[in-house]
Amino acid sequence: MDVREFLKENIVYLDGGMGTLLQKKGLMPGEYPEKWNVTNSDIIVDIHKSYFDAGSNIVCTNTFGANLLKFSHDELDLIIKSAVNNARKASELSLSGQNKWVALDIGPSGKMLAPYGDFDFEEAVALFAETVKLGVKYGVDLIMIETMSDSYETKSALLAVKENCDLPVFVSNAYGEDGKLMTGASPSAMVALLEGMGADAIGVNCSFGPKKLTTVVKEYLKYASVPVILKPNAGLPKIVNGESVYDVLPEEFADDVSALINGGVSVVGGCCGTTPEYIAELHSRKVKKLPVVEKNHTVVSSYTHAVEFGNNPVLIGERINPTGKKRFKEALRAGDIEYILKEGISQQEMSVHALDVNVGLPEIDEIQMLKTAVCRLQEVVDLPLQIDTSNAKAMELALRRYNGKALINSVNGKQESMNEIFPLVKKYGGVVIALTLDEKGIPATADGRLEIAKNILDNAKKWGIAKKNIIFDPLALSISADASAGKETLKAVKLISENLSCATSLGVSNVSFGLPERDVINGIFFSLALENGLSAAIINPYSTEVMRAYFAYVALSGKDENCSKYIEFAQKLQKTASTMSVEVKKVQTDDENKSNLQRAIIKGLKEQSAFFTKELLKNTLPLDIVQEEIIPALNTVGVGFENKTVFLPQLLMSAESAKCAFEVIKTAFSSDKTSDKCAFVIATVKGDIHDIGKNIVKLLLENFGFIVTDLGKDVSPELIVETVIKLRAPLVGLSALMTTTVPAMEHTIKLLRINAPWCKIVVGGAVLTQEYADMIGADKYAKDAMETVRYAEKINDTLSK
Amino acid sequence: MDGLHIKTYNSPPYNVNEIMRYAGVKDNYENYLDILNECIDEISEKLTYKVCFCRVSVSICDDKVDFGFSVTHSVDLTKNLNGCDNAIIFSATIGIELDRAIAKYSVVSPIKALFFQAIGAERIESLCDVFNDDAERTSFSENKYTRPRFSPGYGDFSLDFQKEIFRLLDCPRKIGLTLNDSLLMSPSKSVTGIIGIGNMVTNLTNCHSCSKTDCGFRK
Repeated sequence: MDVREFLKENIVYLDGGMGTLLQKKGLMPGEYPEKWNVTNSDIIVDIHKSYFDAGSNIVCTNTFGANLLKFSHDELDLIIKSAVNNARKASELSLSGQNKWVALDIGPSGKMLAPYGDFDFEEAVALFAETVKLGVKYGVDLIMIETMSDSYETKSALLAVKENCDLPVFVSNAYGEDGKLMTGASPSAMVALLEGMGADAIGVNCSFGPKKLTTVVKEYLKYASVPVILKPNAGLPKIVNGESVYDVLPEEFADDVSALINGGVSVVGGCCGTTPEYIAELHSRKVKKLPVVEKNHTVVSSYTHAVEFGNNPVLIGERINPTGKKRFKEALRAGDIEYILKEGISQQEMSVHALDVNVGLPEIDEIQMLKTAVCRLQEVVDLPLQIDTSNAKAMELALRRYNGKALINSVNGKQESMNEIFPLVKKYGGVVIALTLDEKGIPATADGRLEIAKNILDNAKKWGIAKKNIIFDPLALSISADASAGKETLKAVKLISENLSCATSLGVSNVSFGLPERDVINGIFFSLALENGLSAAIINPYSTEVMRAYFAYVALSGKDENCSKYIEFAQKLQKTASTMSVEVKKVQTDDENKSNLQRAIIKGLKEQSAFFTKELLKNTLPLDIVQEEIIPALNTVGVGFENKTVFLPQLLMSAESAKCAFEVIKTAFSSDKTSDKCAFVIATVKGDIHDIGKNIVKLLLENFGFIVTDLGKDVSPELIVETVIKLRAPLVGLSALMTTTVPAMEHTIKLLRINAPWCKIVVGGAVLTQEYADMIGADKYAKDAMETVRYAEKINDTLSK
Repeated sequence: MDGLHIKTYNSPPYNVNEIMRYAGVKDNYENYLDILNECIDEISEKLTYKVCFCRVSVSICDDKVDFGFSVTHSVDLTKNLNGCDNAIIFSATIGIELDRAIAKYSVVSPIKALFFQAIGAERIESLCDVFNDDAERTSFSENKYTRPRFSPGYGDFSLDFQKEIFRLLDCPRKIGLTLNDSLLMSPSKSVTGIIGIGNMVTNLTNCHSCSKTDCGFRK
């Protein structure tokens, strides 16, 4: 019998602790328990059997850490083969009559995935895939992914299972004291992610005793439409005579777990510190199973939290999109990811709940760019992302790499579109924005759009995609072209919300296309749409009218307790207004001969630097501002730094202020060249994940006018060489913090010498010295950012002669 | 050897002077107080203070140190552990959120990134100090004394020993601490180390075994 069938009517009992029992049998700290499958199979069979005897339906193989990071392929094969055999043998030996299954146990890899570690997501998928394939080869009945404390790694393991077998898969995570995973995900975020990808049961294990996990379990029960797992520890370990003793005894354990079965949990067992006695006690309670209820929440998630549609309106920031934005297009062409990241961060500061990500331009490789943008945004912004592309390949790769349950923008009523997008929604999970248009175009009437929506729902059902995972966009069209466009869209929002009980979203600003003072129309239209039941909108968070409409609506509809959100918003508004009205005329420095902008930069005053730059731009050429104001100011600070009268924090304050000045210039004159210096490729070498020093060097180089291509951290020698050749860059900067990564630097230099012999290489980083630099064949050792700038200027001067 | 233990501490008090020192602030201290406070306000709730440890036996012969679970060679380590028959092997971390703050502010404000970096350094050191004090108290009660903590990478103590510590302490599972191929840890604000326990009081400092005599942080 398939365990999924059994689970519909019955509580499934898992086994209890393995590690604790093995330690009692002599397993030493640091010894791999998985090896005991081969060397001490009798002990392993015995433990498994005692769990079956105690009433477990499922025992997990002793393969928690069985992967290719710890074992060779042959060893792994033997370990998994033996592990499955041991569990099977135990199942046969046990005389108890319950249904029995053997689960392949998969624990975390022990590596941190990028960006915070050096383990690539696809490497993780491949790693788990090997373990899964062996489990399948040796005939396990299901897969149990457990004790995962990182959402991204959990996703990689689940993906590996889904791509390599059709077996049932249970997924269980370990939570910290704060009720979150070690890397920050909340229970509701995990439910969204795992259920979206098709896990058959999800829940919690390890962590604490059952009482302390109650809050987390209740979150699961609130959101999950699949069975919920609870496999807690026997409380917390206490040290008694140098030994760890767990403080929850079998009876209390069984009481507490039973209480949660009564709350709806349907897969139960134990983790660290629990023994067959615990499972037997729990099993003996014969608690009745509650039915699993389908939940109708429309939820997306990031790597930290879930966002639900249907309560408060959800704001989706639209700014990461090149359409109509010269500066954004330029950034995309230049591969300037940082610009995109800044857009993300500042929109988050403007209170949006999710970010639309569109990086499509005909002349760039959208597939790679979207993947990079999604990965990098997830380093700096914890909002759910709405992946926005018409390129299905780009969509798939971005969804794969997305750490959560994404918004997918978009599908429409055309059969081709549904055939392309729905399989992706099914495989990777996600909530998809469905546009109410089809082969015949956009119906003029609301009823026509409702019909298309119904058709989309029918198709989605065929793919096994629940209604809750579809948000309809009934399309805002310009009222300047059709006077009834606004009215019909509003009606469509109402019809879809009321007739189909589905969430809705609109790209609000389309409605005012072609009109002056668009914000006025947008704000009012947004208010009306909200009143008609709109659940989300793609908006420009810098539009005061739109944000006013939002905060006022939330307050007026009784969803803002004490009007606190509105008050906070209003205070911000007042603050911005007052800052704008205050003229920052004078900045005090020791040197009164310098201009306002120079003084602002030297003092490290960001807002003032931007302000004075704007002033200067009224009657000065951009390049003149750079040459005669910004660079001299930076030089003053730079010389101070070199003479040790100015220290790093001050240098950074000035550099940041200069950057603000540059940004003003770039935004105003994105096509004008503001720099005449050469290209500089910069990277932290392979294996090294420290980049603060490199970032400081980059900032200063940019300030001094170099065109810097930043490849980031942990960069392969090949990518550095490839980039240098592509740009024919005369300068490369390599950074390393650790002695262990200096060989990677040396290797990179060797490759550069062969393939890009024209290029000068400057190295730096905590571990480097002049001697080291000479030894590995660098052209220059720079002890700090200013020295790198000086060297780069020297090379640049030679080039321009 | 006893079992593995995990301890979660409350936030140790912030040492503002230390943070300023790590950030490289040498004058105009007050100019940076606002930035520092903004950074602390943003991060303090998100940090965790976790330590995982195990007490092992120690025997020393020439430059060889045998911990039972592993053997290593290091003259500097033998100096530190001279006279010890036991040691605590530990790993400590303040969690991933500080890395996230550094990544975010590297994009929008390098000065804040610098301060988060400095806060992280001070936080993990403070956590180690609190843990150290704990170990010292426990040792006192057994009429024993602890040595200054000693980490892989100090003096001639090979960074490779990180792997042994990770194997012993099961750091990823116990406290969410991982080791990459270059022997760097994630979360980055983490420390592994050894605290020797002996019968004599010593006046060693961590700086004794370091060859970098021109270091601004040398005590």
